Amino acid sequence: MIHPMLGEAWLAMGANRLRTALTMLGMVIGVGAVVIMMAIGQGAQYAVQQTISTMGSNLFIVLSGSFTTAGVRSGSAGAPTLNVADANAIAELDGVVNVAPTHQGTRQLVYGSQNWSSQVIGTTPEYLDARAWNIVNGAGFGDSDVRSATRVAIIGKTVAENLFGDDDPVGKTMRIQQNPFIVIGVLGSKGQNLDGRDQDDTVIIPLTTAQRKVFGTPFLGSVRMIMVQAESAETMPRTMESVTSLLRQRHRLREGVPDDFFMRNLSAAAESEAETTRTMSILLGAIASISLLVGGIGIMNIMLVSVTERTREIGIRMAIGARQRDILSQFLLEAVMISFAGCLLGLLLGLAIALAINAFTGMVIVISGSAALIAFVVAAGVGIFFGWYPAQKAARLDPIEALRYQ
Amino acid sequence: MVQPVIRVAGLGKSYETAAGLFPALKGVDLDVRPGEFIAIMGPSGSGKSTFMNLLGCLDTPTVGDYFLAGENVAHMDKDALALLRNRTLGFVFQGFNLLPRMSLQDNVALPLVYAGVDRETRQAKARELLAKVGLGNYAESLPNRISGGQQQRVAIARALVNEPRLILADEPTGNLDSHTSEEIMRLFEELNGEGITIVLVTHEPDIAAHCKRQVRFLDGQIVSDQLTTGDSA
Repeated sequence: MIHPMLGEAWLAMGANRLRTALTMLGMVIGVGAVVIMMAIGQGAQYAVQQTISTMGSNLFIVLSGSFTTAGVRSGSAGAPTLNVADANAIAELDGVVNVAPTHQGTRQLVYGSQNWSSQVIGTTPEYLDARAWNIVNGAGFGDSDVRSATRVAIIGKTVAENLFGDDDPVGKTMRIQQNPFIVIGVLGSKGQNLDGRDQDDTVIIPLTTAQRKVFGTPFLGSVRMIMVQAESAETMPRTMESVTSLLRQRHRLREGVPDDFFMRNLSAAAESEAETTRTMSILLGAIASISLLVGGIGIMNIMLVSVTERTREIGIRMAIGARQRDILSQFLLEAVMISFAGCLLGLLLGLAIALAINAFTGMVIVISGSAALIAFVVAAGVGIFFGWYPAQKAARLDPIEALRYQ
Repeated sequence: MVQPVIRVAGLGKSYETAAGLFPALKGVDLDVRPGEFIAIMGPSGSGKSTFMNLLGCLDTPTVGDYFLAGENVAHMDKDALALLRNRTLGFVFQGFNLLPRMSLQDNVALPLVYAGVDRETRQAKARELLAKVGLGNYAESLPNRISGGQQQRVAIARALVNEPRLILADEPTGNLDSHTSEEIMRLFEELNGEGITIVLVTHEPDIAAHCKRQVRFLDGQIVSDQLTTGDSA
């Protein structure tokens, strides 16, 4: 039954080509808009997720506390309240994967006739694990380098380019604060972080070397910051609580005395950024689907006209034995076919424009099968939804009246 | 005795109008036996069109019974009536009523589509009937390519395609000139000669003269029912 009806629907569509094409255009624009908006929205989401993944997952940091001198407060990490022993104790807690005490600051680097100012991070080998940062050239340093405060450095891509140019930095000696450091590794590129800072403009050296040779410390072993990686996003709040109680206990803080350290959840900020782009992506899709709705109304309009024009045909069909459901499915099929054809063209148009946007602006776009699937399902839905009323109207015609219609 | 194709008993139909209930048909009795060729005659408003619509299962009566091939169809639902129109009846209209976008062959085959017959059988059957009405060479043409008389032949082929028990023709020559009308009537006579039962509405006496029996309507009732006498009217 469906087979001959497909042919008839095709004939009916072909009978008034311009009208069918214009009706379809509504769907083409609607579906095209949805596809483009979803591609851009998902592209933005993808870009943010990429940035977030460069940061490392499930991270929080503990900063040493502030101190107050004559009413002037120093800000976080002003007071030397954290030390390496704290970091080691945190590492013993359940739910903690990596702990990296760090001490960082900006220093001038010198190699040959070149010099460059960069962020220098003194830390332990766990830092690279926590941030999922790999070394593309050379090697990293180990715990023995931290123990013996060797002068070795791992440098980021930006540093390598600015200081060493085309030379291979591995094995070369550069100076930080007059101290010679041997470059033993080059880090993989991570690009910008969420604040827009270049993460590749970094030098990583052993914590002890940083404390003794580069920054100096008020007390031996004190650190400004401890980076902690929790097992998962779910266990993170619990881990943060146990770190708090551990540190309060270790720092001998009594009930009612404020914490002498700060904690900051890095992943939370990233999550909210991701949430923002997700919301934006949904919003874009929603706006685009309004044009899909308008396209659907166009189909309904044309189908209503078509039913009126073909009243006599409906009467003839009924007289020779078409049941109500035959007439209903005929007109419904026609609406769905227009909708589907429009959807298919819209899909192609949307893809072409999305690819063109990518080619000409470099904007990240993501074309997912699910977006195409959604567009198709929606188009079929639109065809059935907006085709139903006209088809119903056709099926309910009285055959005698319809046959008499001029 | 042979079972009548049509047995109508006390058939009445009233319409709601602004002036109240209007009785278009007031208790009609009629039997049509297989192989008959009947002309239904009468002026406009005599109830003959209402009667034809009831016979054609396009409408349901207000009172009375209508047995079509032994089955009382007076109170069937719309789908059951559609099935009867499709399997038991063949329609021929004044205005030919072919679908303009379809080839003649597809027009003839259309009732078979609703009967759920497969494509090959449909096409073979449609070609056979087009050949029967003398239009075998026009199978792929569109209706607007052929003359009115030829269109009516196609419509007759379409009415025959489901091998109906009865053909209902509503003023089949109303849009044709006298020469073509004669040809169409001869085709009906031929078909009747093959044993097909035909009920035909007309208001022209010389068309009715081709039929074997003439039933005359006036004011919603049958006023005369007689066999055609002589060789012309």
